[in-house]
Amino acid sequence: MSEIRNVSVKDIEEAIYKLALDAAYHIPEDILEAEKKAYENEKSETAKKVLETIFENIQVSSEEEFPLCQDTGLGIIFMEVGQDVHFTDGYIIDAINNGVERAYKDGYLRKSSCHPLTRANYGNNLPAIVHTFVVPGNKVKLIFDAKGGGSESMSKVQMLKPADGRAGIVQTVVDWMIQAGPNPCPPTIVGVGIGGDFERAAVMAKHATLRHVGQPSDDPELADMEQEILTKINNSGIGPAGLGGLTTALAVHIEMQPCHIATLPLAINTACHVNRHKEIEL
Amino acid sequence: MAEYKLTTPLSDDDIIKLKAGDKVLLSGVVYTARDAAHMRIVESIKKGEELPFDPKGQVIYYVGPSPARPGKPIGSAGPTTSYRMNPFAPILIELGQKGMIGKGKMSDEVKEACVKYKACYFASIGGAAAVVGKAVKKAEIIAYPELGPEAVRRLEVEDMPLFVCYDAHGNDLYEIAKKEWANKL
Ligand code: SF4
Repeated sequence: MSEIRNVSVKDIEEAIYKLALDAAYHIPEDILEAEKKAYENEKSETAKKVLETIFENIQVSSEEEFPLCQDTGLGIIFMEVGQDVHFTDGYIIDAINNGVERAYKDGYLRKSSCHPLTRANYGNNLPAIVHTFVVPGNKVKLIFDAKGGGSESMSKVQMLKPADGRAGIVQTVVDWMIQAGPNPCPPTIVGVGIGGDFERAAVMAKHATLRHVGQPSDDPELADMEQEILTKINNSGIGPAGLGGLTTALAVHIEMQPCHIATLPLAINTACHVNRHKEIEL
Repeated sequence: MAEYKLTTPLSDDDIIKLKAGDKVLLSGVVYTARDAAHMRIVESIKKGEELPFDPKGQVIYYVGPSPARPGKPIGSAGPTTSYRMNPFAPILIELGQKGMIGKGKMSDEVKEACVKYKACYFASIGGAAAVVGKAVKKAEIIAYPELGPEAVRRLEVEDMPLFVCYDAHGNDLYEIAKKEWANKL
């Protein structure tokens, strides 16, 4: 057991503020690396041109003048809280929201949250969507994911039949990504959640998009499936920006956990080629 | 595949020569509109009200830019996913709109309208938004300011890089490209 530790929510607010700004303007290193590798392997001239434009975009953006994408996303936060953490100086969720609101204002980021029915824009990009996990210890880990609407819309949960099995999962993911085609801004990172229940599968799928790109699953069976799905998606020919080529997805990441004997939940969450996420441990 | 420099407004002659896969550097005025603005524009058409701009010969860019920094006309401004404008595009094409700029597939109705009324759907690279933002020289909100990023803007662009995606002859670049590169691994 660790000692009870006080963590001021003011520090959390500041951390979220910095992560959001960093995510909007600076591509994660692992994604850039994966894109460079894809560039070397590409045979399509158009695909190479598209990737060159993506690299140019990354450079222009990091010079701090323009965000990587105009859709700077909703703020999705994966928060792992050690059970021996005691938050002080206010309510943690308010602090996270304050950090997001300030970052989107100060950073000239687009405010994309709206009323689902009237579509009126709230003008503050709130609320942030927070997934909290209680873990051992007395640290707080924050992952900030700036999730754009284009790739998010090309996501789904499907309750498969247990008899669909491995083959059914592979087929569903491949068909879905081929149908999504150019919409989610390929090359994508495809997050897949298998098992758990309806909503757990979705959370796993999104969390899977945040793994270091291309690092295979620790489970050899899943690693094998990831590779099979990736090859099939990339054999579609859709290519970067959907303009043809060998790189439709950069990686497929699967997370899995046990499910009910009567179910086989499957979730697919698509991340686009900017896949903006940054993390910190406090 | 050819490369063209075009300036808006576009004529039937400009459109007819374009083939899916051609590259276009577009200059001149383009108007921005996304979901919410399209809903209002089409509502106004039904009611016979005056529109924020006359669609004849014009190009509509499906974009909701990020806010401009001081001294800049606009922030990042890459395309949004176009299929959400499927219900609206054919109506505006019939009124003389000559082009749409966006990313992703649109419907068969849109393709048919492009052939019937000589219009063109241009694909831009989604997520290359900082680069596109730099091609915008001037920006001005002309309608629905309360929609924030979804307001209608009049942009002046210079050499905005585009690909001809659906041409006026019924071709679809996404389908052509996909076929060409399928099963190559
Ligand atoms: S899917 Fe990603 S890259 Fe494409 S427009 Fe949305 S946020 Fe930008």
